[in-house]
Amino acid sequence: MDTFDIVFYAFAAITVLSAFVVVFSRNLMYAACSLLFTFFGVAGLYVLLHADFLAVTQILIYVGGILVLLLFGVMLTSKVISVDIKTGTIHTVPAMILAAIVFGSLAAVFYATWSQVPEPVTTATATTRTLGELLMTRFVLPFEVASVILLAALIGAAFLARRIRKP
Amino acid sequence: MDASPISEVLAWLPNVQLAHFLAISAILFALGIFAIITRRNAILVLMGIELILNAANLNFIAFSHYGGLNLDGQVAAVFVIVLAAGEAAIALAIVLNIYHRFQTVNVDEVSSLKE
Repeated sequence: MDTFDIVFYAFAAITVLSAFVVVFSRNLMYAACSLLFTFFGVAGLYVLLHADFLAVTQILIYVGGILVLLLFGVMLTSKVISVDIKTGTIHTVPAMILAAIVFGSLAAVFYATWSQVPEPVTTATATTRTLGELLMTRFVLPFEVASVILLAALIGAAFLARRIRKP
Repeated sequence: MDASPISEVLAWLPNVQLAHFLAISAILFALGIFAIITRRNAILVLMGIELILNAANLNFIAFSHYGGLNLDGQVAAVFVIVLAAGEAAIALAIVLNIYHRFQTVNVDEVSSLKE
């Protein structure tokens, strides 16, 4: 085991343990806060995979944007007077079966093919410049479509979340 | 003589490779599915969706590093993140509307499209 493996296992442990808290915690705030650690762990795994720009993007957008949105949602839709924001679970047994089937089949595929893994691409250069060039050349159409989608989502969210006055 | 599967897995664990990242993403995906099915609160269902999107992204980036996908996988991950941001904004606006109408965000109690 060298440093790479140790760092991988540290980030993997952070990711998986906090994801378990997200899924099984009965307190909404605990779940939201441990989602923060899940996103950080995944960002660390991105760094291990030489995706530096993606790691920073993950922290900026997921932690800075989506998680804050989710926290706003928790705050705005719970009775704040009741201090403990609890939530129940339903369909536990079918969900366990389905999740076990999904994980089992994925793990079986990985186990069956793990010996044919190609060697990693060893270039450890900064990816930001190349990503930007790709977005402006080969992927320019998806890039523009994504910008239109973001604009539509922004307008739609602002329209939907507006409180409509009763006449 | 083949080694038993357990000892094979134990010998495989310390040498981190592509399959290790795929295993992490499989765990995240299964947890996200579990959260979506079991949670009653709509916001926790959204958190499950975010877990699933992260699992997919991890796969994209793992294959961009180990497979022949190169930077195309990272571009796909960028688009996934963009769509996740838009999806979270819209979904939370809808959840806020549901809360104004029904005074609850439990997905099993909200079963009618209009009042």
